[in-house]
This record gives sequence, C-alpha cells and structure tokens, in this order.
Amino acid sequence: MIVQIVFALVSLVLLASAVTVVSARNPVHAVLFLILAFVSASVLFLLAGAEFLAFILAIVYVGAVAVLFLFVVMMLDVDFAALKEGFQRYAPVGALVGIVLFGELGLVALTWHSVSGAEIAIAYPMPAGTTNAVALGSLLYTAYLPLFQLSGVILLVAMIGAIVLTHRDRPRAKRQSLGRQHARMPAETLHIVKAELGAGAAIPSAKTQKETL
Amino acid sequence: MSALSALFVQVFTSPFFSTDFGIVILDLLKTLALLVPLLIGVAYLTWFERKVMGAIQLRKGPNVVGPFGLAQPFADALKMLFKETITPQGADKVLFVLAPMLTFGLAIAAWAVIPVNNGWGIANINVGILYLFAISSLGVYGIIIAGWASNSKYAFLGALRSAAQMVSYEVSMGFVIVTVLVMVGSLNLNDIVLAQTHLWFAVPLFPLFIIFFISGLAETNRAPFDLAEGESEIVAGFFVEYSAMSFALFFLGEYANMILISGMTTVLFLGGWLPVLGLSFIPGPLWFIAKVVFCLFVFIWVRATLPRFRYDQLMALGWKVFLPISMAYLVVVAGVLEYFGWLPHA
Repeated sequence: MIVQIVFALVSLVLLASAVTVVSARNPVHAVLFLILAFVSASVLFLLAGAEFLAFILAIVYVGAVAVLFLFVVMMLDVDFAALKEGFQRYAPVGALVGIVLFGELGLVALTWHSVSGAEIAIAYPMPAGTTNAVALGSLLYTAYLPLFQLSGVILLVAMIGAIVLTHRDRPRAKRQSLGRQHARMPAETLHIVKAELGAGAAIPSAKTQKETL
Repeated sequence: MSALSALFVQVFTSPFFSTDFGIVILDLLKTLALLVPLLIGVAYLTWFERKVMGAIQLRKGPNVVGPFGLAQPFADALKMLFKETITPQGADKVLFVLAPMLTFGLAIAAWAVIPVNNGWGIANINVGILYLFAISSLGVYGIIIAGWASNSKYAFLGALRSAAQMVSYEVSMGFVIVTVLVMVGSLNLNDIVLAQTHLWFAVPLFPLFIIFFISGLAETNRAPFDLAEGESEIVAGFFVEYSAMSFALFFLGEYANMILISGMTTVLFLGGWLPVLGLSFIPGPLWFIAKVVFCLFVFIWVRATLPRFRYDQLMALGWKVFLPISMAYLVVVAGVLEYFGWLPHA
C-alpha cells in the first residue's frame, strides 16, 4: 500500500516537473526541474526493483551531466526580449518540426509490437537469488559485449571530438611545469649579493638574469 | 538489565511491528536513534575542530562557555537562531532558502545506508555504495544553487569553482570505489566491511586510500581545497550572502559531510566496526566511532597545516595525477585477482 502511494506521488512529481521544464520562463529553473524529473525517474526505477539502474541514473545524469548543463545555462546571459523578437517569423518552422516529430512518434506507437515470448521475460525479470548488478553485468559482458564496447568507443570519439573542436593552443599563456620547478636548484635561481655598506648591491644585468632563470 | 533487554525484544518483535504501519514506525525509531547522535556529533565536531586547531596553533580554543568550552556549540546555535535572516535584493527567494536545506538534508540522508555495526544500517540495501556515491554527487547542487540564487558575483564565482572541483574529483573517487568493489564482489556496505575481516583494504590499496581521502577533502570543499569559499580571494564564496540560520545550515552541512566522508573512508578502507588487534570486547559501534574520529582529526590536521591550492594546481592534481593512478591501480588489481584466481564470486 505504501509503495503504491509513493509511486503515485513520485509519478505526479515526475509529470509535473517534466511539464515545467518546457513551460518555465527562467532557463535555470527549467534545468532544475529537469533534475527533479531525473530524480523522480530514478525513484520510480527503485520502486520497480531496478536499484542498480536507479542509482546509475542518479549518479550519471543528476550528478554529472545535469551539473555541467546547469553550469552552462547559468552562465548564459539570456535576453528575453531578444528571444521573443523573432517568434512570429520562426513559429511556422517550429510548428513544422513539431508536427513531423509528433507524426514519427505516432507512427512508432501505431506499428509497435513486442517480440513473441517477451511476456515471459517480463513476468520473470531476474533469475531468483541474483542481485540487480550481477544480473545486468553477466548480461552486458557476455551476450552484449561487442555492443557495450562499441558504445564506449562512440563515447570516446565524442569526447575526443569535443576536445579537438574546443581546444585552443595559446602559446603566450603561462604554465607551470612541475618537473622543471622541482629540478631547479637554489644556485640556479638565487643571486646572493654581498652588499658593501653605503655602496648598495650591484644589480645583475638583464642578460645574466635570464640565464639564471 | 537483562529484564530490560527482554522487554525490548518482546516489544519490538510484537506483531504490530510487522504491519505496514509498524514498519514505518520502526524505521522512524531507527532513524531517530541514528540522527540524534549524528547531530550531536556534528555540533561537537565544530568544538573539536576549534580545540584541535587551537592546540596545533598553541592556543586554547573555546574554553569559556561551560567546562572546557563544551557548551560552546549550543551558544553558537542560539546566537545564529536569534540573528536576522537577510535575503539579498534580486535574489531568487525560493532557491535561496532551498539551497542550505538541500546541502544539510543530503549530508544527513546519506547516513541511511552506513552500517555502524554488523547489519545495523537503517537500510541494508544491495547497492549501498552506489547510493552513497549518488548522494554525495548531489551535494554540489546545494552549492551551485546557493551561488546562483544569491545574485552576487563572489557567490557565483565560488559556485562555479566548486562545481568544477567536485565533478572532477568524483571521477577518481569513482574509480577508487570500483577497485574496492572488484575486491569485495558486492555493492553492499555490510559485505564490504565483512570482506576486511582479515585485512583492511587500507593495506593492499594504500595509494587508493590516500587518493580517496584527499578526494574527500576536495568533495567537502575543505582546506586545502576550499577554493569555493576562498575567503582571501572571493570573500566567502558561495555563502557570502547567507546569514543567521541559513548560514548555520551550510556550516553544519559542511561538518556533516566531513563526518560522512570519514564514515565512507572507515567503511571502505578501515574495516568499519571491526576491532583492532582482536580487542573485540569493545563493541563495534565504538570502534566505528573511533575510526571516524581519527579521520576527522586528519581532516582538521590538514586544515591547520596546509595552505590553499591554486586553482590550476587543483585541477591538475585531480585529472593528471589521481585519475591515471586510480585507473592504473584498478587494472592492476583486477589483473592480479584474475591471475591468482582470487576474484570473489557473489
């Protein structure tokens, strides 16, 4: 009974926050509601008995992806007047994209059917006596190993692509080289000057200074 | 004494406590039994920190309010309660109030799975370590939201620093946890402690133990990684604009997080409630507390001795030192376990 109540509450929160993501005027609020939607989805997973998926969802999406998302959105300087300026001009295009997407969704929904025998798999989601993580792992690393590895490679390519696209080599930027710094001896960097009384210290010329650096 | 415990057993095994409602009541009682000592611990950690820092810096620390200054935490709490809560102009009011609650709430919620003794965790769940990791990765939201909702430059700078820092150090922390899991063969925290009966993981995984602890310092925004506060650069970072009780919640949240990271270190590497040198006549929870206090002492010791990292050094340490070492160690550990056939089969 308690599970049903929690399920109803959490699904309500999930639906409400999903709607608010789209309707919120403030982009930061929209992202925060997206995070709430993620959290509620992970609680639903938990109620369905998929605890491993639930926490992985929370760790990956809420803990990492959404943080960076929020990070970027917070730094955007959004001008609402400028946003609304072209609304009427772009509205038809947006509507067209929306209609196409909805049409695709409708097509998928109409022609969708489950594989024969799937009902049995649904009725017995896991072999008895194994935990979630073990069941998932023994499936992922045996039957689906090539696909699993492939998805990893795709992610790696995406990561390297992002680095290549955004990396700027700034030759004038000053960087600390720990190895060089540690290898330096006092004799190379320090000038001990014995100053005569009343005469002051002789300042080493710029050239010798550079050499010692 | 035995009559009392017999009464306890009789009450808590009565049929009422196996009904739906009874289970909720029982869970609430268990939560209370954990929360009250925890909150007192948080309050006295502030006292402990000031005393230890005082000793390290050849001062006395708090010694006026109560014997040895023991009533100091309560005096501070009263002071905070009676101060005025100021909401800055242009702040996002809801989020501004929500952020400190989130920080403190998450730091407390994580304790649901930590086993203080064999099977004593409130929720002995199969994926306890993932729960801990998920909760500790949510902790960054309190800070980001506070920084953004304050509508202040310094607060925002602090929030950005902290977000980047916590996300970076979580990566190597994750690899350290995975290495421990490979050795245990289970995600259950109780199993993780029991797997250390003969040898604490701090011995075979010593480098990872150090990495985990240092990442814990970064994760809790403690010195020498307290760039999110950085009082000499950005005033007080993400909580510049906070005052009174909302400030106190951030403050307590930081200390609760310290206790949490110490608890995680204890469970993962220091053998949880397991006794040292076979001194098993001392009950497990006391051992657990002793180990946690030791970790907390190191937290404070580090704060009192080390200067703050520069930001690029912080990032370089996380990504270029800790991440490669922890990844390499994971591969080596997995390889050794596989080669010698020591892999645990859950």
